[in-house]
Amino acid sequence: MKKFNQHSGIAVPLDRANVDTDMIIPKQFLKSIKRSGFGPNLFDELRYLDEGLPDQDCSGRPVNEEFVLNLPRYNGASVLLARENFGCGSSREHAPWALDDYGFRSVIAPSFAEIFYNNCFKNGLLPIVLSEAEVDQLFTEVAANEGYELTIDLERQVVVTPSGAEMSFEIDDFRKHCLQNGLDDIGLTLQHADDIRAYEEKARAASPWLFDAIR
Amino acid sequence: MAGKTLYDKLFEQHLVRMNEDGSALIYIDRQVLHEVTSPQAFEGLRIAGRQPWRIDANIATPDHNVPTTERSGGVEEIVDPVSKIQVKTLDENCDDFGILEFKMNDQRQGIVHVMAPEQGAILPGVTAVCGDSHTATLGALGALAHGIGTSEVEHVLATQCLITKKMKNMLVRVDGELGIGVTPKDVILHIIGVIGTAGGTGYAIEFGGDVFRNMTMEGRMTVSNMAIEAGARVGLVAVDQTTIDYVEGRPFAPKGEQWDAAVTAWQDLVSDADAEFDAVVEINAADIEPQVTWGTSPEMVVGVSELVPNPSNEADPVKVDGIERALKYMGLEADQKITDIQLDRVFIGSCTNSRIEDLRDAAKVVEGRKVAGNIIQALVVPGSGLVKEQAEAEGLDKIFTEAGLEWREPGCSMCLAMNPDKLGAGEHCASTSNRNFEGRQGFGGRTHLVSPAMAAAAAIAGHFVDVREMVKA
Ligand code: SF4
Repeated sequence: MKKFNQHSGIAVPLDRANVDTDMIIPKQFLKSIKRSGFGPNLFDELRYLDEGLPDQDCSGRPVNEEFVLNLPRYNGASVLLARENFGCGSSREHAPWALDDYGFRSVIAPSFAEIFYNNCFKNGLLPIVLSEAEVDQLFTEVAANEGYELTIDLERQVVVTPSGAEMSFEIDDFRKHCLQNGLDDIGLTLQHADDIRAYEEKARAASPWLFDAIR
Repeated sequence: MAGKTLYDKLFEQHLVRMNEDGSALIYIDRQVLHEVTSPQAFEGLRIAGRQPWRIDANIATPDHNVPTTERSGGVEEIVDPVSKIQVKTLDENCDDFGILEFKMNDQRQGIVHVMAPEQGAILPGVTAVCGDSHTATLGALGALAHGIGTSEVEHVLATQCLITKKMKNMLVRVDGELGIGVTPKDVILHIIGVIGTAGGTGYAIEFGGDVFRNMTMEGRMTVSNMAIEAGARVGLVAVDQTTIDYVEGRPFAPKGEQWDAAVTAWQDLVSDADAEFDAVVEINAADIEPQVTWGTSPEMVVGVSELVPNPSNEADPVKVDGIERALKYMGLEADQKITDIQLDRVFIGSCTNSRIEDLRDAAKVVEGRKVAGNIIQALVVPGSGLVKEQAEAEGLDKIFTEAGLEWREPGCSMCLAMNPDKLGAGEHCASTSNRNFEGRQGFGGRTHLVSPAMAAAAAIAGHFVDVREMVKA
C-alpha cells in the first residue's frame, strides 16, 4: 500500500451532497477483475455525454465541458473537495480504486458514508472530515483562486490552505499508523495469528458443527 | 447490570482481541463469495503469496451477471465478454484455492443471500460476511452478518477475521397483526419510510415484536435484507422455533448429536429481557398497508391508497429539493394517485423477494389472469436453482407463463441490470428488488419497489392497484 505522510495538490470542488458510489464509478465498470484502470471512468456519467462501456478507449468520447473535473484549471487535481454523505450507496471498493487511479490522494467532506470511509484507508486514500463551515470556506476559496493547492500533513493532522491557515482533523491512531507506514491490514492481523488459533480451538470445542462442514 | 442484546452477544462471542486503537478483531465463521467482488481479493492473495486461512469457511456461487435466459451452453456461451470473464475467473479461483463453488448450471446455484441459508451454510449464531451490502439478509437467522468491501474479503480469506468496530443497538418493534395482503416487504418499506435511509446508520437493528415472531424465515429474510436501505449494516431477528425448523435437515446444518448440541446453544440467541437499546422505534402493524415507492430512494415510499407527495406541503428546503428532483426523474406529478402510475415492465426476483413464498404470493394473484397489454415485459426470476425446481414442482411456472410472465433461470437479473435484463430510459417498473436509485435497473429507468403480490397485481392491471382488492375479487 502507498504511504501517506504529507501531500500537496490542487483541490477540485464537487459541489453536490450524497454523491453515491454509483456516481463515482457506474456499475458497468464493476465487471473488471483488476484493481487498476478505473481512473478514466471515475464519475463517468457526469464526465462524459454518452453512456460509458467497459474496456472502451475514453479518449475519443464526448466530454461534458461543464463538469468540474473537466475544467482545465483543475487539471492534475489530487484533493477532492466534497459535500456531506460522500460515498453512500453500494459497498463497491471500486470507488476508492477509481479515485486513486485518477490521481486523488485525499477526499475532504463534512461527512462520509461508513463503508466508503473504511474502504479508503485500505487503499492509501485519506478521507478527511472537516466541519461544514470549514468545508464551505474551502469551496469559496477554491472557486476564487485558480491553482488553489491544499497541503495535508497527516502527522500533525492538519489541512493547510495557501494562506497558511490550518484546519485540524481527527483520525483514528491505528489508521494513521497504517497509512504513514503503508502497512496492509492483513500483515497486521497476521501478527496476531496465535490469538486467532487460540480462539479457533475454543470455538471448535464449543461449536464443532462450525468446522469442516462445507467442502 | 443491564442484560445483553442479541447483537452484543454475537459480537462478544466472536471477539478474538481488542486492538490497541479500540478496533476489534472478530472471528468470521462464514464467507460467501460471488464473481463481482472477489476477483481482486484472490488477485491480492496471489500477489502476496498467501493462502486462505480456512477453506471450509467459504462458499461461492456466481449470481450478479449470469444470464437468466436459457444457458445450457455454459459459461463459454455467455454473450457479454466481460461477464464471461468474471464468471470464469470465479470458477478458476475457487478451483485453484479449493473453495466449494456452485457453478452457473449447478442446481444449487443462486443469488448468494438465497443460496447460503438454503444450503444451511449460514447457521444461527455465526458471523457471516460477503462482498455485498445485502448480506444483512442472513441476520434473519440470528447470525451476525454484514456486507464488506473487497479488501475485507481478502482480509477474511487470509486471516478468518475482520477488523471492525462495535455498532450501537436499535430495536424496531412491530406489534399487532398485519392485514390481509400486507407482506414482509411492505413492513420493511414502511419501516424505512418511518426512520429514513440514514435512520439506522451506525446501528445494528433488531426486528422484534409480534409481527416478526409470526413471520416465516423467508419473510424475515426479506425484512433483514433491506436493513441496509435504512442505513444499518446489520438486521437481526432473534432465534426461535421457526429458525430452528428452517435450518433442520439442510445440507450443511449439523446432524445427530451435533444437531442437539447446536439447538441447545442457539436457545440463548435472543436479547435479554432487560437489555437496553440505544434507540427504539415502535410501529403498529395495523398502520401498514401495501407500499409503493414513488421516488429515487427507498424512503420515498407511501401506502398504495395515498398520493404522490407534493413538495409544497414540505417546509424543509432540502426535502423540497429532493422531492422535486425525484418527481422529475420519475416523470410523476405531485398529488397523483399511486394507482394511476402506468407501468412498462414488472420484475419479480432479487435477494429480497425471490424465495418460494414470494413466488407463491405472486402466482396466487396472476393465476387465471393475463398480463396487461401495455406491459412490455414481466419477468419472474427465482432466487436459486432449488427455488426454481420447487416452484416448477408446484406448477407455479405454468401459472406465470400462462398469464404472460417470463420464467427465467436464477440470478440477480434486473435487480441491478449487470446482465442483459434492464429497463429502457423512462420506463416504469414495478420491482420486488431493494433499490430504486437513479439508473439502478438501467440508464434512465424508473423503479417502484413493491411486494411480489403488488408487482403481480400491477402486471395484470398495467398500473398499480391495491392487491387487497384483487384478492377479494
Ligand atoms: S439480487 Fe440485487 S441486491 Fe441482491 S445480491 Fe443480487 S444485485 Fe445485490
